[in-house]
Formats: sequence, C-alpha cells, structure tokens
Amino acid sequence: MGPIRLVVIFYQSVVLALAQIWSNKLRSMLTTTGIVIGVASVTAVIAALTGLQTRVLGEFESLGTNKMWIFPQRPDSGPMRTAPFTAFAFRPALFDDLLANAPSVRYLSRVTNATLNVKYESRIEENVQVAGVEAGWHKIENRSVTMGRPFTVLDDEQSRPVAIIDVKMQNRLGLPRDPVGSAITIGSRRFVVIGVIEEKVASGFVQDGISDSELFVPFSTLYNSRRGGQQLPFMYVQGSSTTPQAAAEAQSEITFYLRKVRRIPPGEPNTFRVEFVSRLVDQFNQLALVVTVIATGIVGISLVVGGVGIMNIMLVSVSERTREIGLRKAVGARPATILLQFLVEAVVLCLLGGAVGLLLGYGFAKGLSAIPGLGLQSAYLPLWSVMLSVGFSAGVGLVFGMFPAIKASRLDPIDALRHE
Amino acid sequence: MLRLRGITKHYRVGVETIRALDGVDLEIAQNEYVAIMGSSGSGKSTLMNILGCLDRPTEGTYTLDGKQVSSMSAGQLASVRNEKIGFVFQSFELLPRMTALRNVELPLIYSKSGWWTRTKRAREALVTVGLEHRVDHRPNQLSGGQRQRVAIARALVNNPTILLADEPTGNLDSKTSEEILHLFDELHAKGQTIIVVTHEADVARHARRVVRMRDGKVVADHAASLLGAAETGTGGVA
Repeated sequence: MGPIRLVVIFYQSVVLALAQIWSNKLRSMLTTTGIVIGVASVTAVIAALTGLQTRVLGEFESLGTNKMWIFPQRPDSGPMRTAPFTAFAFRPALFDDLLANAPSVRYLSRVTNATLNVKYESRIEENVQVAGVEAGWHKIENRSVTMGRPFTVLDDEQSRPVAIIDVKMQNRLGLPRDPVGSAITIGSRRFVVIGVIEEKVASGFVQDGISDSELFVPFSTLYNSRRGGQQLPFMYVQGSSTTPQAAAEAQSEITFYLRKVRRIPPGEPNTFRVEFVSRLVDQFNQLALVVTVIATGIVGISLVVGGVGIMNIMLVSVSERTREIGLRKAVGARPATILLQFLVEAVVLCLLGGAVGLLLGYGFAKGLSAIPGLGLQSAYLPLWSVMLSVGFSAGVGLVFGMFPAIKASRLDPIDALRHE
Repeated sequence: MLRLRGITKHYRVGVETIRALDGVDLEIAQNEYVAIMGSSGSGKSTLMNILGCLDRPTEGTYTLDGKQVSSMSAGQLASVRNEKIGFVFQSFELLPRMTALRNVELPLIYSKSGWWTRTKRAREALVTVGLEHRVDHRPNQLSGGQRQRVAIARALVNNPTILLADEPTGNLDSKTSEEILHLFDELHAKGQTIIVVTHEADVARHARRVVRMRDGKVVADHAASLLGAAETGTGGVA
C-alpha cells in the first residue's frame, strides 16, 4: 500500500470518526467525561505548580543561584556536641586561604552584623541592622552602588570608618540628596558615608542574615569594634561559586578545606554548614517533581477509568454498527481499514476529550491566578504538559480502542450483514 | 470469465457437518444474465457468498477474471470484492445517515484509484439508475424502489465484472420489482454481467440462463425461456 493511499485511508477514517462522534453528540460527551476530568485536573495542577515554580525560582534567580553561605554549626554528635559556641565559632583568619584552596569559589565575603543606634546631626535612628561586609560582597550581591563608591580591600584592611547606606536609610536619617562625604555616628564611632546602594527586593521565600540591613560598613571595622573580653562576635561567610553548576563542587572544596584547617578527625561531623541557593532550587524542584508525579499518577488512574468508558462505548458502537461493518467489508473495506477506522474513532474521541480537558484546566488555572494572595499570578501551561495531555489521551484511545477495533475488523461480512 | 470447479462448503454445527455446497461446477461467461434458483437450504446463498468472494470454499477452485480467488486472504478478497463485484441486497443495506451520493461513493472510498474521482463517478452511477434528482436525499427520504436504485448505483460505481444481486426485489411491491428488473435488463443490454439469486420465477424469467440448486448441488442449468409458465409467484421450484 502506497503512502498516498495510507494518507487517504487515514484521512477518510478521521472524517468518518468525526461524523460518527457528531451524530452521537450526547453519548460522546458523556463517554469522554472521564478523560475530560482527568486531563483538566492534571492541567490545572501542572499550571498552578508551574506558576508557583516560576515565582520561587524567580526569587532564587534574583538572589543569585551561585550564592552560598557558610555558617558555624554545633554538630549533632561527636565530642563537639556539647562544646560552647566559642569552640566552633568562626574567626576571620579561618578563611584567609579559602579562596586559594577552593577553585570553584569565585568570591568570598566575611559577614558580621550588629544592631546599633545611628545618628546624623540631631536625628537618631535606634536599633539599626548594621552589616559588616568585605569588598567581595559587592560581587556576590548584585546590588549596584548608585552614588559614591563600593568598599575596597583597603577599607577592610585598614578598618576604615566608612559606610554605605541605602535610600531608605538615607531618608530615615534625613541625609542630603548626595550624602557622600556626610558624617554619621554608628554606635559611638563616627563614619563617613562613601556610597549609596540600591535597595534589596524583599524575598518571600529566602531569608538571608543581612537582607534587612540598610547600613553597611567594612567587615573588620565592625568586627574589631565588637571584639573585647571573652565574647567572640558572630560571623559567617557569604560566597559565590564560579557557576551555579559548580556549587556542589565548591561545597566539597570548602568542606575539605575547613575540616583540614579545623583539624576535624575523619569520621567526626562538621562544625560548620555550607548552604547554597542552587541546592535550595534543587530541593524545591524535587518537591515540585514529586507533586507532579503524584498528580500525574492520580490523573493516570482517572484516565484508565475514562479509557474503560471509551472501550465500553466503542464495543457498543461496534455492535450497533455490525451491519454497516458488514456492508463496508462487502464493498471492499479490508480488515485493516476497519481496524483503523474504529481505532481512529476511539483516538479522536479521546483527543477531543483531552482538548476539552486542556481548555477546562487552563481556564481553572487562569481562575486561580486571578485570585490575589495565592501567589499564582504566573500560572501557565508549559508546552510539555499540553503534549503530555494530548499524548495521554491519544494513548488511552489507542489502548482501549484496540480491542473493539480488532473485534470489528474480525467480523465476518456474511454474519455481519445478517445481524439484526 | 468465472469458473467454479468442485466447490464444496462444509459447516460444522456441533458434531454434525452440513454440506452447504457439495461439488459445484459452474462457468459463467461475460455479459451473461444468470438466475440462481433454489429453495431455502438449497445452498444458493452459500454459492452466492462464494461467487461474491465473501466466503472461501472448503474445497475446489474458483477462478475469477483469470485470478484464483479461492485461496486468497481476507484482505485480498476485500480488494477483489471492491474491484470486481457489485452487490445488491434484498434489504438495500444503505447507510441511513448518508445521502444517496455518499452511499454510492462508498466502494470508491476503499478503492485504490477511485478515491479521487469518487463524487463524479457516483453522480454518473446515479444518472445510470435514473436518480440524478435524488442525489442529496437520505435513504429515509426515498421510496423502496429508489433505495434499491441507489444500491444498484453503488454496485455499479466501480465498474464491477459481476453485478451480484441477492433477492433484489424481495422487499419491493410487484410494480417496483418490475422497474428494478427492467433496469437490470437495460444494464445487461449495455454489457453488464448479472447474477441474480432468487426463488421467484418471475425474477428468474428476466435472466437468460437459470441455474437450479438443490441440496448443495446444481441440478439443472438451462435457458430461462424454458421456465414453465406455471412457475409463477413465490412458490418456485421444489
């Protein structure tokens, strides 16, 4: 059989199937309900989930997917389990050689913070979050300095009394429009404002230690001012890997380096913890995948139920049209052609159901996205889920239409024509 | 053109074997008009099924247009039916949801070459049976005679070697029957080979040759003009 002939037969089957479905509108509608509901629910779930995913990943993205943090942490087991905080708290010198030993780490910044009163002329702002950061912080945190200059390595080495503020702090303190060069008092020390940095977009999902800060000073300036006595100021490290993909690599390099420097014997747990955004992304994606798989599985069950309905109605159809099948065979329809006709009818029926389901699900997702406060504004249907739904529907039609189609194709034309 | 040699057809019903056909030899030449007669159970329906390539004989050979059809597969037989046989049934067998034109097109839908010209040829076939003004009517909008004409148009549309009619007037009144049989006469005059299976002598009288069946065997094969004048009505020949 030539390819043109095949196309003609296929086209003929589709036309026949549509005519058949149209002439049994109500029955076709009822039959495909299972498929419609199945596809609609998977579509809605996937659309909502994709919307959520887009939003969360977008926030991670704005945070920087190659960002990482190193925190001191008391282990759950081993001899350090009961050690005092000072035993495993970070000291600045601990990280002096980290960059040289961790090639996957691009930038590092030691970070410390304090809550202090800030004064400009006669205005006093109480309990301001002050963050001490190094020059590398500017590279990790993609916040541009809109006025003045960023921190340099020298600011840190010399513990200079310089500060960078954001516009919010500038307004709160009533600083002039160009505050660079203005003197402010932080705690008890005088600082010179050297720059203004853009504000941080608040994230609903990821909190990072200094994200609320509106006032920044060099790390060593703040750290040293708080040293004294037995109290060790809290510090942690922020960094970025060379690429988001290198994050895991960077983590193991950092772990290796810190265990070596801290002389942690093999087998004992870490006294620190490395967190990176891309792992959070992975965790979220994993969760989303699990939800998708479960939703798809549930939908799979409803599609099987729908498929049984399709099989049932196709069997009824074959039985009702026995004489027609007999006649078609008598005038020259081959068994394979009859098989194709009924198979195509089942597939077209399922595809129509799938299409209606897609529309319903899409409408439902749009409805969800219109509800404020759900955080699903960006709900949309990814192409893969459309194709999945179409594929699923066609598959159900093929699988459950096969038996009735085979039955039709095997009918003996003489018996079929005699059928009442 | 058509040759049956030693055709038998056996059916198993339980433990019993029914010999529906028991060694039939038959030859039909081109442009013959043959009536196959016999009472029910004589094997004439089985013979028609085999002649129409709807069924395969248990034994024997059937050659149609030089092709050995008795050993063909179901798919090959479908092609032979499509190209060489035009069926006319007692109960018309029109598809109720289709117009006359679509019904007539049906064989061409399954034809290798006819698909592209199906509508034109279907119209021509409807003209042949005198129904050019009923092209877009559905079967339920047509009279019995018109329905059978549509069915005949369908049988003719692919230029079959044989027009095979099974009790074509069985569901029609005598006036309409005469019209249909007159149409058959016209087709025969144009060169169409026609085989009519019937138990009515009035129908058989239109043929040129009569083949009588009994108990699965051909018991007589003679010119239709030899049909007795007494053999009228539905009684047939015992």
